[in-house]
Amino acid sequence: MADPFSAYDVLAKRDTPSWNERTRDVIDKRLALAIAENVLGDTQLATLRVIVARVCPDPPDRPATNTLAMIVRKIAEDEGDGYRPHTLPRTAECWRRGLDAIEDEARLRFNCGFASIEPDQADEILYAVESGKMCSELWGNLSPELFWKWRLLPDLVSSHWAQPSLWSAMGFGGPASPRGYVRLTENRHDPWEASEDAATNSSHALSQDHEE
Amino acid sequence: MFTHDGWVPMRDYGEDAVDFVIVGTGAGGGTLACKLAEAGFSVIAMDAGAYWRPLEDFASDEQEQTKLYWTDDRIVDGDDPIHLGANNSGKAVGGSTVHYMMVSLRFRPEWFNSRTKLGYGADWPLEWREMWRYYREAEEALCISGPVRYPWGPQRPRYPYRAHPLNAPARYLARGAEKLGIAWSETPIATLSAPRGKAHPCVYRGFCASGCTTNAKQSVLNTWLPRALAAGAEIRDLAMAGRVETKNGRATGVHYFRNGQWRFQCARNVVVAGYAIETPRLLLNSSSSEFPDGLANSSGMVGKNLMVHLNQSVFGYSGDEIRSYKAPPSLALTEHWNYEDRGKDYHGGWCYMAPGPLPADWARTVSAKGKWGAGLLEEMSRYNHAVGLKMVGEVLPYERNRVSLSEQTDRYGLPIARVTFGFGDNERAMRTHALDFMDRALDAVGVTERWRNEEETAHLMGTARMGEDPATSVVNADCRSWDIPNLWVCDGSVFPTSGGVNPSLTIQALACRTGDRIAELAARGEL
Ligand SMILES: Cc1cc2nc3c(=O)[nH]c(=O)nc-3n(C[C@H](O)[C@H](O)[C@H](O)COP(=O)(O)OP(=O)(O)OC[C@H]3O[C@@H](n4cnc5c(N)ncnc54)[C@H](O)[C@@H]3O)c2cc1C
Ligand code: SF4
Repeated sequence: MADPFSAYDVLAKRDTPSWNERTRDVIDKRLALAIAENVLGDTQLATLRVIVARVCPDPPDRPATNTLAMIVRKIAEDEGDGYRPHTLPRTAECWRRGLDAIEDEARLRFNCGFASIEPDQADEILYAVESGKMCSELWGNLSPELFWKWRLLPDLVSSHWAQPSLWSAMGFGGPASPRGYVRLTENRHDPWEASEDAATNSSHALSQDHEE
Repeated sequence: MFTHDGWVPMRDYGEDAVDFVIVGTGAGGGTLACKLAEAGFSVIAMDAGAYWRPLEDFASDEQEQTKLYWTDDRIVDGDDPIHLGANNSGKAVGGSTVHYMMVSLRFRPEWFNSRTKLGYGADWPLEWREMWRYYREAEEALCISGPVRYPWGPQRPRYPYRAHPLNAPARYLARGAEKLGIAWSETPIATLSAPRGKAHPCVYRGFCASGCTTNAKQSVLNTWLPRALAAGAEIRDLAMAGRVETKNGRATGVHYFRNGQWRFQCARNVVVAGYAIETPRLLLNSSSSEFPDGLANSSGMVGKNLMVHLNQSVFGYSGDEIRSYKAPPSLALTEHWNYEDRGKDYHGGWCYMAPGPLPADWARTVSAKGKWGAGLLEEMSRYNHAVGLKMVGEVLPYERNRVSLSEQTDRYGLPIARVTFGFGDNERAMRTHALDFMDRALDAVGVTERWRNEEETAHLMGTARMGEDPATSVVNADCRSWDIPNLWVCDGSVFPTSGGVNPSLTIQALACRTGDRIAELAARGEL
């Protein structure tokens, strides 16, 4: 996949008026976040690592992300979102049980741990979680579909799109305080925003509605 | 608040009896604290959340700012369990208005009598003309930016501040409305279009849902509460109320947890203003031998008739660069279907606006249609071309939609809320009409690859409804509970119906009215 914003790096704005002190601090800490130890077992962590890579791949040619470390932190702190279906346990227990069940599923289907199967086999299992077609007894009363929809997917994408590499790859302006934006209308942007590469731009250009 | 490292003096009442203790400092509680303090009452307003200073404490970052949300556990169930947390409720001094989107609309007048005038829902015990005056008071307090002439409803004066320029999604909305032959307007919105005192105008940074770092946003935190402090109110932050105490049929004060211990605040009046989940939870958790079913609940209505708004959307892609991350979302809207009843096979109204999702929010939206892996990454790279329309639609009150207590407890040992919700046929019919219409409005301006996001809801209303009859309502028009004369409820939970507009301006207008009514009652010795 071509990166439509190859020349753009949101981190280059770190020391400009688009970032305030507090934001610099927050993003610095996020980029430096290490994977907390003793939160997950080795197998659970290996499983989670592969899930992150399959569900939320890093954009090519961009600095690696810290999504895995963010999820582990969330599990370590058993951080909730403020609501959960009554059949879903709290964050930490929910993740641990889901990871164990996915590992067991890989062993049942492929006779091999989740972290060691082929990528398309891993995807097959993830599709099955998504649609609730699971065999492992470890799921117990945990619904794979609910786990996917209320825990796995929102946690993963929320953490992944909190990463500057992803902001750059999508052409997002990134942090913007105190300096916000001046040019607000379509097809106009400020000098401190991403420019879309000409090649990808033309492939999108099909609008007919420019009369004012 | 308005300068780095700035401080303002605040009264400290201690725990001797004050005239009013208010639980919750959001749109209802914060506004009422101001009104009551300015009327000369001694007031303590407590909040479970922190007293943030936006200039220093807020980052331009979705993840970091989740600190503004109510993330304590709640159980959701029913046929259509609702998303809470970020999407629905705040925990901060200033309440949910610290991260709200600032859309500040008035009800359509008939909605205050929707049972008698329109044939559905329930009547409010209030007259729209009186509310019109209080809307004006709230609009002036918030320096709302809006159009000179508003296309719908009875005439209203021009808004205090001029309207903001339109961003690309708002321009798309406007063109789509014109093509379909309906009116649109610049949205009346609570962010400054010109300086106000030490607060600067909006810089169009677009992080409104993560809290405003510049103080342009006119939230309760930087409008009503500075006034409340100046008038002698105390704001007690990080104070979680667990129980309202009663004796001989009257409230005597509030048990609250602060700095690691349970404490008791005596008060001559107690106001519960925790929003439509925490308010009924606190009333139910305060049951006693005198009030075994919870406080103010002789009607059995506490917790019932929970309403949300339909908040579904249609998105697609344009050949233009849209970049909807710039400027506050919702800068343009149409209330056409709030004021037009012909052509509907359902009750109630809806409006739609031009949303501006930030990356993580957008990733949740795109992934919810079943995208992940390389396909998600690819689609996310087209973010700057995405454009959509999002509705706010009226949900009818149903007793089966409710807040009750779960067997599980929170870290304070208090039973947590169980929030049961399901749509009815009316909501499904409205959703279909609205999504079809918004789809056409996007099609008309060349937006392709459209899809419908059918699940989202927003706002919370209705679990301690006001009414004329003590047998079917919890509070009267003055927000005073029928059962306990010195217990009041002042927040979104008093709404008998939800209307097709965002609720915060109505909550603030009601709080202004309640403040005036309390002062009148006190003057007559009727408190
Ligand atoms: C993302 C988002 C966008 C929104 N956008 C808009 C918009 O554009 N326009 C609009 O009109 N509305 C909007 N709203 C809705 C609006 O913010 C709320 O309807 C309004 O703030 C509700 O007011 P309230 O006083 O009922 O409750 P809140 O403002 O939520 O205040 C309740 C306060 O009570 C505190 N509390 C609760 N229980 C306790 C307890 N037991 N002890 C101590 N403190 C307690 C909470 O911490 C909270 O601070 C939005 C909401 C959200 C979440
Ligand atoms: S866009 Fe305006 S109101 Fe919104 S956060 Fe930025 S400065 Fe505040």
